[in-house]
Amino acid sequence: MAVSAPPAPSRTCNVTGFLIDRNGQRLALANVIAAFALLAFGGFQAILIALQRQGLPISDDWWYRLLASHGATMLLFWLLFFEVAALYWGSTMLLNARMVAPRLAWANLTMMVVGVLLAQWAMLAGEATVMFTAYPPMEAHPLYYAGVLLFAVGVLLACVHFFSNIVAAKREKVYEGSLPLVVYGLAAGAIIAIYSLATGAVAYGMLFLNSIGVLETVDPATYRIFFWGIGHGAQQVNLAIMVALWYALIAFTVGGRPVNEGLSRVAFLLYIAFIHLGATHHLLVDPGLGTSHRIMNTSYMLYLAVLASLIHAFSLPASIEQAQRERGFTRGLFGWLKKGPWREPGFSALVLSIVIFGFIAGVSGVLMGTMQLNMLIHNTLFVVGHFHATVVAGTTLAFMGFSYYLIPLLTEKRLVAPKMARLQPYVFGGGVLVLVLSMLLAGQMGVPRRVSDLGYEAAPVGVDMFATGATPLVMLAVTIGALIAVVGGIMFVYVIAMTLIKGERSETPDEGLRIAFGPRARMRAAAGEGIPAAAAERAPTGTDVATDEEHEHVTGTKPRWRRFEAPGTYVMVLGFLAWFVILYVVAHFNLSMSWPVG
Amino acid sequence: MADDQDRSGSEHGAEHGAEHGGRGELSTLLPPKERWWERLGPDERRWLTIAFVWCLVLFSGMYVWLAIGDQQTPIESYRIDPFVFQQEVDAFVEEYQIDERDGAAVVEPPPGSDVYLHANQFAFRPVLQLQKDEEYRLLVSSTDVQHGLSLQPTNLNFQVLPGYLYVIRITPDEVGEFPIVCNEFCGLGHHVMTGLIVVD
Repeated sequence: MAVSAPPAPSRTCNVTGFLIDRNGQRLALANVIAAFALLAFGGFQAILIALQRQGLPISDDWWYRLLASHGATMLLFWLLFFEVAALYWGSTMLLNARMVAPRLAWANLTMMVVGVLLAQWAMLAGEATVMFTAYPPMEAHPLYYAGVLLFAVGVLLACVHFFSNIVAAKREKVYEGSLPLVVYGLAAGAIIAIYSLATGAVAYGMLFLNSIGVLETVDPATYRIFFWGIGHGAQQVNLAIMVALWYALIAFTVGGRPVNEGLSRVAFLLYIAFIHLGATHHLLVDPGLGTSHRIMNTSYMLYLAVLASLIHAFSLPASIEQAQRERGFTRGLFGWLKKGPWREPGFSALVLSIVIFGFIAGVSGVLMGTMQLNMLIHNTLFVVGHFHATVVAGTTLAFMGFSYYLIPLLTEKRLVAPKMARLQPYVFGGGVLVLVLSMLLAGQMGVPRRVSDLGYEAAPVGVDMFATGATPLVMLAVTIGALIAVVGGIMFVYVIAMTLIKGERSETPDEGLRIAFGPRARMRAAAGEGIPAAAAERAPTGTDVATDEEHEHVTGTKPRWRRFEAPGTYVMVLGFLAWFVILYVVAHFNLSMSWPVG
Repeated sequence: MADDQDRSGSEHGAEHGAEHGGRGELSTLLPPKERWWERLGPDERRWLTIAFVWCLVLFSGMYVWLAIGDQQTPIESYRIDPFVFQQEVDAFVEEYQIDERDGAAVVEPPPGSDVYLHANQFAFRPVLQLQKDEEYRLLVSSTDVQHGLSLQPTNLNFQVLPGYLYVIRITPDEVGEFPIVCNEFCGLGHHVMTGLIVVD
């Protein structure tokens, strides 16, 4: 693949010290701009969908169209465009490498854009009101399936491009040794993307052939197995890339390094090997599957993919703790966290994203994926709450935080309105938290998903249980949370769009941010700027420094915590586990209160 | 550009990095030093052990619930021709219908028997009249598209596929009216698709 083209012009980034390939820069930027446009579009739809719940007069037909488009826009299009940009960034800029075939990448992008336009047309014109899942035998316009397929092939080619860039970089020896951890994580995401998109192509391919009359029927159960290979698989791509960018944000915001390179990499390998089995979460109350099949798959083979997430759950905060302690914030168990750069948008986005993802999205996901518990959850609003916790509070927030660095560094423009950027993650994260918690609660109360009228006013056999009692209040909280999140989204789009349009071109585009990585950060550190209060917080007696040889490289741990590399993190993960265990027990108690069934 | 690292010198990492022109520092964004597999630290070892044990608990938990729980995922299922299913439902309704309610047939099958529940756009029919604490085999299928059987407020949810007969054994353990709603999007009438189980 390493075609020898004349070397593309490149520049050295003043902030990070990386060599920036201008083709990579332009392509990453183009993909990321398409991503933001789709995010804004999906956010606008979210306003209408949420307000309809409170009486905004939108016909049922249009509400379903908007819901279909919102789902595809946010779950597939926005995230995958952003991820393609992240893959280009990781495989060129982090490796000082180049895009091996920029023309091909422009062709991918065109395919993806055309695919999205076709699919959006079909959904909004009412030709494809089948939702993102498109379960047969419901039928949509052939161009809907063709659009999604075209998009998927575009993303597949981008993944191939990612690996081609790495292979070329390796051959041309522009980086030495192993891939950086972030690129390794991105590679895991790209591998998962390739097999997920391939299964998705089979699923939508069957429907496309069916819609043009080539295939007579598509078996609904078989389709579901293939569809969830992409339906869930795409979310696992989001997971792997989000974790990779979390590691990147740690470097950008606190100058962190991996606590243990090897362990973090093993965790990514576990994702690659096992996480796709989670597709079965969607099939747990389907006819046609046996008990062992359900248990082995839903548990990702002994929960080895969950083990991977639990490894990251330790490694990520430990990496922050270690970096903060090295910067001198050594007081107490949590002094490092308290003194974190909370006004740095990447840091607040990172921490909120990790916390909501772990405590709510991850735990709710494992509960839903427990075979018997799934009966209480399948297709209720709980599912919707879960994936808003993963994809909106987790992935989208992480991507937003990352964008505050990516955009200035790619465009060499200073961030416009950094103060708004500082506030934005809190508004967005807070709004999504309200949204997610109320959706989860509504799901526990039985509220079904994808229903335009919870009053069932037009139903021959009426159901008034969701129009009375506490449910309307919970649904009001869903709307309020959604609207707050949308405000956070508007703030984000404003900052990014203004930066792109009006941002001041600068040699030092990191002005207004405090990037803790690269030559400029080191200069600041040398000038005593980057490490505030370091000397004051640390007793200069030498008792601070671990004497145990094994921990000598980890400074800042006080003697009574000498046995721990990251004592604060250790306490936090134990707290997390306790929360997990409690919810697991409560969920089984709820199950035991239900009608005997089998 | 020197690449050498002083492993124990990370306390002075900033200075070190500066000396080495940025390529000597440790970061998630940079290639790791030559040998990146280090022995696990004690915290990592402990946490990894705890986490793996928890994973095994989660895994075996499903088997434990199989042994002790009264609420199990239904497994029994068959392929069925939608046309045949429709005929069986019609025969069932004809045999046991006792009443009509909001245009839907109300059916009272004998306690402990096989009970048909037909999902199609946009209703679950017939309305079932069951007796408390009796186990029924609910035979569920669809004759058009996919539907979601959501029995409320006990909140039990199952997927209904055309061409597949799903056998769900239920034992109503309370008296009252229990609505069924569809929670799988099934078309533009999804929000009028309901059904009812009456337990007395």
